[in-house]
Amino acid sequence: MDWLTATEWTAVRLSLRVAFWATLFSMPLGIFVAYALARWRFPGRQALNILVHLPLIMPPVVTGYLLLLAFGTQGPVGGFLEAQFGVTFAFRWTGAVLAAGVMAFPFMVRAVRLSIEAVDPKLEQAAATLGASRVWVFMTVTLPLILPGIIAGMVLTFAKGMGEFGATITFVSNIPGQTQTIPLAIDLLLETPGGETRAARLAILSIVLAAGALALSEWLSRRVADKVARA
Amino acid sequence: MTVSVRLKHRLGHFTLNADFEVPPGLTVLYGRSGSGKTTVINAVAGLLRPDDGHVVVKGRTLLDSAQGVNLPPHRRGLGYIFQEERLFPHLSVRQNLKFSRWFRKATRSDFDHVVEMLGIGHLLDRQPGALSGGEKQRVAIGRALLGDPSLILADEPLAALDDDRKAEILPYFERLRDELSVPILYVSHSAAEVARLATTVVALQDGRVAAQGPAADVLGDPTVTPLGTRAAGAVLAARVVAHHEDGLSELDAGGIPLFLPRVPHGIGQPIRIRIAAQEVVLSRDAPHGLSALNILPGTIEHLRAGAGPGAIASLSTPAGRLLARVTQRSAKAMELAEGATCYAIVKTVAIAPEDIGGGAA
Repeated sequence: MDWLTATEWTAVRLSLRVAFWATLFSMPLGIFVAYALARWRFPGRQALNILVHLPLIMPPVVTGYLLLLAFGTQGPVGGFLEAQFGVTFAFRWTGAVLAAGVMAFPFMVRAVRLSIEAVDPKLEQAAATLGASRVWVFMTVTLPLILPGIIAGMVLTFAKGMGEFGATITFVSNIPGQTQTIPLAIDLLLETPGGETRAARLAILSIVLAAGALALSEWLSRRVADKVARA
Repeated sequence: MTVSVRLKHRLGHFTLNADFEVPPGLTVLYGRSGSGKTTVINAVAGLLRPDDGHVVVKGRTLLDSAQGVNLPPHRRGLGYIFQEERLFPHLSVRQNLKFSRWFRKATRSDFDHVVEMLGIGHLLDRQPGALSGGEKQRVAIGRALLGDPSLILADEPLAALDDDRKAEILPYFERLRDELSVPILYVSHSAAEVARLATTVVALQDGRVAAQGPAADVLGDPTVTPLGTRAAGAVLAARVVAHHEDGLSELDAGGIPLFLPRVPHGIGQPIRIRIAAQEVVLSRDAPHGLSALNILPGTIEHLRAGAGPGAIASLSTPAGRLLARVTQRSAKAMELAEGATCYAIVKTVAIAPEDIGGGAA
């Protein structure tokens, strides 16, 4: 198809892949952190809350720089992971996943936390009196009731993963086929003479993908919410 | 004893210090709001950790602060019926009823029998959101029963319902009391509920047990009025003798005939009647020419003067013990004293339908 060139298709596929993995990894961790913030009282709770929200308020370039310091090949975490598990983040698509996941994490946590706070703890107490341990209370009562919030958080994370720019380009640079997602490709095209039309096509495509994801999540959330409150 | 409970707990300025036993049958933990009833029941359920306590249910220690034993709620094996029904909104009625079976292997309780007893068979495939308040509470009762509890806890399960729904649910608790072998600990501040349901009463006043024992004894004790003398009333056991054509039912209470507005119970069935102390009139002489149909001869057992102008007398009659609320002025004028004989007069229409229930007192 000549509407997009091969390079641009690569960028689209890479964006989808980065967004998919970023969503998949941040979901369980996001649910755990959201639950801890919503339900547990522990020392350092406020610090955790600030840490989770930092990527939202810091300039993305700073987040990218910090990721580079920590997860670069010379960084403490990055060096350890590479030596122990052979996982490399620097200048790889995995790094783009990490950058997208970190940037989207506050959205995931906020969406899930709000839905956990809306669950009446009295229902969880009732489940406990019926024989459910804490883990089973979570699996059988809390989790089904917060599903709409989880779906909303996943869609926000996915959209953020598709569109993340600042932290990604700082952390893993702009390498076609490796770290060049749609926004990075658009950025490059805009600096290339005669690239405006192709940039515009990619922009339209990313708008369509984002709108589609939002519509899908609305539909899923409504289905789940209907099941919960079916009258 | 089936269940023994001893608890000490401080909540701000309030100190709970309760020690009581729950024999088979339905035990009402009776007291006004703030007397510590819900604290007690939550500590038994394991939803609240008391400062100090000891709870044993059928030989199993659920809580023993001295030994460091404190089983979590899911390992206590109890059934809890809450004030709000707390059904799981994402599960159908059937799934709600069977919820405990995911965690408790035992299936001694018979699903079909419980469903039939509570009349919820036609609701099984519905979602809780589609049920009325009374239906929800019936499902919640069934859900608690189907967990094979060794003790059923009920925290004012009728308080959130309107009068019609209360009348709908009360008979189910009478059935639980009469048909199950599981003891029930039932929290209430309603005189009518206590009178109809309790086999045993534990009266809680300011965090302490003021009295405990068989319902007729505790409710007929003029020194124990957890809700004040205005709400005092004794419970009599009677048997239905006849339904008359003029709309009255005739009962026999220890050889004394009593007349009540038509009761729904069949002839020969035992029923229990609460007679409010303030509806009882006392007379030293055998009354004649009165419109009241119910006259019970008796002897004053105890006379207690209240803080105001009133006094409360307990009266031993062949039908059982009665409470009567009189003014101190009348008590003096009539020379009422312990051992004095007199007659208690109760108007037929003064006995409210919600104060009449099935079962032996």
